[in-house]
Amino acid sequence: MAGSTLATGRRTLTRLLAPLLCLALAACASAPLRGTGDLGVVIERASGSVQIVDNSHEQALARVQGLGDLSHASVVFSRDARYAYVFGRDGAISKVDLLTARLVKRVEQASNSIGGAISSDGRVIAAQNYSPGGVKLFDADSLALLASVPAAAGPNGQPSRVVGLADLPGKRFAYALFDADEIDVLDASTPTAPKVQRFQHIGKQPYDGLASGDGRYFIAGLYGEDGLALFDSWHSDAGVRRILAGYGRGRQALPVYKMPHLRGWSIAGDYAFLPAIGQHEVLVADNRSWAQVATVPVLGQPVFVMAEPGGRRVWVNFAFPDNDKVQVIDVPTRQVIKTLQPGRAILHMEFTPRGDAVWLSSRDDNKLVVIDTATLSQRRTLPALEPSGIFFTWRASRMGM
Amino acid sequence: MDSGPVRRGICLAALLAASLCQQAAAAPAEPRAAELLQLLHNDCGACHGLSLKGGLGSPLTPQALAGKPAASLVATILNGRPGTPMPPWRPFLSEEEAQWLVQLLQQGGAR
Repeated sequence: MAGSTLATGRRTLTRLLAPLLCLALAACASAPLRGTGDLGVVIERASGSVQIVDNSHEQALARVQGLGDLSHASVVFSRDARYAYVFGRDGAISKVDLLTARLVKRVEQASNSIGGAISSDGRVIAAQNYSPGGVKLFDADSLALLASVPAAAGPNGQPSRVVGLADLPGKRFAYALFDADEIDVLDASTPTAPKVQRFQHIGKQPYDGLASGDGRYFIAGLYGEDGLALFDSWHSDAGVRRILAGYGRGRQALPVYKMPHLRGWSIAGDYAFLPAIGQHEVLVADNRSWAQVATVPVLGQPVFVMAEPGGRRVWVNFAFPDNDKVQVIDVPTRQVIKTLQPGRAILHMEFTPRGDAVWLSSRDDNKLVVIDTATLSQRRTLPALEPSGIFFTWRASRMGM
Repeated sequence: MDSGPVRRGICLAALLAASLCQQAAAAPAEPRAAELLQLLHNDCGACHGLSLKGGLGSPLTPQALAGKPAASLVATILNGRPGTPMPPWRPFLSEEEAQWLVQLLQQGGAR
């Protein structure tokens, strides 16, 4: 059953692929022109491939293979939104041309990596690595190595694993050190000789981070305690402070079967919506004072908590064993207004540029589900091989993405 | 954080498990075995990596697990490890199933 669905999927894909292949292989002079503003990349985690998709026509255009271990992969885009840089778990960076659907460059730069970011001027790619722990900078055109910045050592003497890497204005990157309880801010103005400002003792076990859409704030989620660590880049002298401290209120922490992911759109209007750890709640903070204003009970451990681009609703997916469900929170009333069951193992959600639709990946049903955000009804499904992350090119022009 | 009593509890559980699992664990019948492998790679893999080479969780390769007593690994899977992100999987796995997974991991047959 699954096999035949997949086979049909592959045939459909091949049919859709044909025009682009023609473009790629023949580079025919008559190839139709197109923009990249409505394109995106879908990670197919087990097969080491990505699909290039078109979110205006809700269709797959091509599959690009040979990207290695994509079990935890993330993507950033070149400023012109033509190239996708795919960061694979195996430490490789793959540069994919969305127009020709070709892998144009691939470098293996670490043995275990988790993601990356692109500098505010689009010239520098930064990779965050688990092993060896640290950050490496690359030229965005050639992927030539510019600098290697080892992370401070954790308790075992090894350089810490780096999490939450995000770009800030002024060619800076912020990230957190899981094993060393730090937030570091790297200035890549001279990318061959970056400067690092370290903030220590920011809280126990930062597991991920995000930058606000204006690039002012960097927030690291803490696994080892109830709370998050906030860095205000307008007032870096003030250091890092704790926000939402003690949100668990001493309650027994529930087991976490998958770590939340902070990166993404979580600020809706005046509020930031953030996943609690070990509580089945979404935390709501005022996005200036960062005081906690509410908690929204949800059905499981939140993984992604993402605001629609317009900020009116926030979508939440969940860790195992609730990963077949998605909940939609109404921002003004801060209540769950809908629980969807779109497929098994919903790993990621991505809004179209202005949020008329959201694309979900269902790993265990080998499909992408497109949902109309106005009606909350399913618009279409597309076949994909164990899809995980979905990344649309609007990210090319956003900070912290 | 005082995890002393918890740790002692885990040691006791490990000893108990050790006495119970002297012989090789039998493979569960299909389709459960396939389900367990999927769980191992996808859900354990969320922290330990799809290829089990480690991530925020430690590596689960035969080299990384060499010399570790199977019983304590089984106890870690079932009870989790307080003070670390490792959660207890007892709600989703039987003791025999955890033993089988540990055996697969240690022998490198988890692929």
